[in-house]
Amino acid sequence: MNRETVISVRNLTKKFGGFTAVDNISFDVGKGEIFGFLGANGAGKTTAMRMLCGLSYPTSGTGTVAGFDITRKAEEIKRHIGYMSQKFSLYDQLTVRENLRLFSTVYGMSDAAIKSKTGEIFAQLGMENMADTLVRDIPVGWKQKLAFSAATMHDPDVVFLDEPTGGVDPVTRRKFWELIYRASSGGMTVFVTTHYLDEAEYCNRVLIMVDGCVRALDTPAALKERFGMQTMDEVFRIVAKDAGRAD
Amino acid sequence: MKKETLMNLRTLGILLRKEILLMRRNPFIPRIILAMPVMVMLLLPLVANLDVKDVCVTVVDNDVSELSRRIVADMATSEYLRIVATPFTHGDAMSTIERGDADVIITIPAGYSADMVNGAAPRLDVEANGVNVTKGMIGARYAASSATGTLRRWMAEEGMQVPADGISVINLYNPTLDFRNYMIPALMVVLIIIICGFLPALNLVGEKESGTIEAMNVTPVGKFTFVLSKLIPYWVIGVLVVTIGMFIGRVVYGLAPAGNIACIYLAAILFSLVMSGLGVSIANKSATLLQSIFVMFAFIMIFQLMGGLFTPISSMPQWAQYLTYAVPPRYFIEIMRAIYLKGASVADLWMQYTALGGFAMLFCTVAAFTYRKQG
Repeated sequence: MNRETVISVRNLTKKFGGFTAVDNISFDVGKGEIFGFLGANGAGKTTAMRMLCGLSYPTSGTGTVAGFDITRKAEEIKRHIGYMSQKFSLYDQLTVRENLRLFSTVYGMSDAAIKSKTGEIFAQLGMENMADTLVRDIPVGWKQKLAFSAATMHDPDVVFLDEPTGGVDPVTRRKFWELIYRASSGGMTVFVTTHYLDEAEYCNRVLIMVDGCVRALDTPAALKERFGMQTMDEVFRIVAKDAGRAD
Repeated sequence: MKKETLMNLRTLGILLRKEILLMRRNPFIPRIILAMPVMVMLLLPLVANLDVKDVCVTVVDNDVSELSRRIVADMATSEYLRIVATPFTHGDAMSTIERGDADVIITIPAGYSADMVNGAAPRLDVEANGVNVTKGMIGARYAASSATGTLRRWMAEEGMQVPADGISVINLYNPTLDFRNYMIPALMVVLIIIICGFLPALNLVGEKESGTIEAMNVTPVGKFTFVLSKLIPYWVIGVLVVTIGMFIGRVVYGLAPAGNIACIYLAAILFSLVMSGLGVSIANKSATLLQSIFVMFAFIMIFQLMGGLFTPISSMPQWAQYLTYAVPPRYFIEIMRAIYLKGASVADLWMQYTALGGFAMLFCTVAAFTYRKQG
């Protein structure tokens, strides 16, 4: 792997009282990579991601995102990343256009840039006619595409997606992944957590977390070969079979 | 540096726009902001009325003169007073109070009438039953003013010099002793306590529960800018609430502030900041709506009961009076009553304004510092 490193994590740990949510994990993510973060519920995926986004302080360990330290330079990191959470991160009672304008202004984009980018997004998603609809009233699949667009409007180095496609049908998920590919081909790094193992096949590399630890980290093809399996689904079943925390 | 300030202002602008849009589109908030002041101002001054009727009086007449008999007779015909007993001794009079039959005891000393003629300035004793404080205190005042009236008429008839002052009960700041005049300025304080305290807390915890706050925390938005966008809308609402309150006070009750309206607005803005700063601080520390509501209630209870709203601070025990210096509404209530009833100005009330401004700064600073983007 000779890509430029965008995310670098060493011995990262997060404890909540006596509970170790993330236990001493280390990995690197290269520029433009689609990096899949897999694990059962409670494996520590979201906690790890929150530390990388500057939402949560690590208990110990170090990391850099886009060249900034995650403990001391969290606010700097925030200028260079986008984030979309499993809960929709848009304001339900604002229209599509108002949401895009709010987030792009907060990221310091100029009015002219906001205008041209908004037009681009509407054309790309084919949602010109929904521009003045309240986000509450648009279907969930559209909301997810819109949230992704809002999170990447300011052209961040890395976009973090926390279970971005929860609760939608396979066709809509497939369309969502087209957006991810497009962003990645433009040089954006995509860090995505997911439950859907077919989605893991789309990633350049996959990290499987079990009980807060890194259990496997490689390309989907290499993982399948190592475990002698046909699909990532089967690989995941083997790797995660002795997870203690799964519910 | 300058560019950054400009960017923060632009961010603040868009955040305020967002707050206003969300508030307008909320099915409940615009109504509560309008309906609550109207309801409270129309209803409460009529209901929360401490005017006392049918005060039971026990008279101990040790004088038994023409004057003393007239004092008793006038009281008996008063529409507020009723003579329930005329015992011979003070001890018997006390037992009427102990049985709960009487609210007030009037004792006319022996030789009262004669001393009055001699110019010896005798004293008439008025004692109030403390069990029902309001009725006792106000009843005692009624009884005293009835006796005073009788005395004045008698002195005039006897051709004596009627003293211009000193013997009558005069309520200086509220001549009709209309309880409404006392309540209306204070009710606006209650409205700001509730509206500007609860709404920001509910708003912020609502963002926590819906997850949108996470979307904001992961952006480079400055925490001071963000907190300001949560505080500013509420001083606008505070001004709105006071405006509605003053309008109803004027149109329905005919009570206009004797002082300058600008002084009222200044105090209302400072106090709105105090309350919304408190609301945001509580929301910062609460994970759920329920939690923030319970904590807010605890504060509001203390603010209402210790702010001098219903119980005059001067009639609290001394230690409690010291505590009220730490209760911000105390200053706002003093300001409102002084401006409304006495026509006081900012210069007269500089201490209260300073205290209110200090609390506003303190609470807003706490709000900014307890807001954490990274946990």
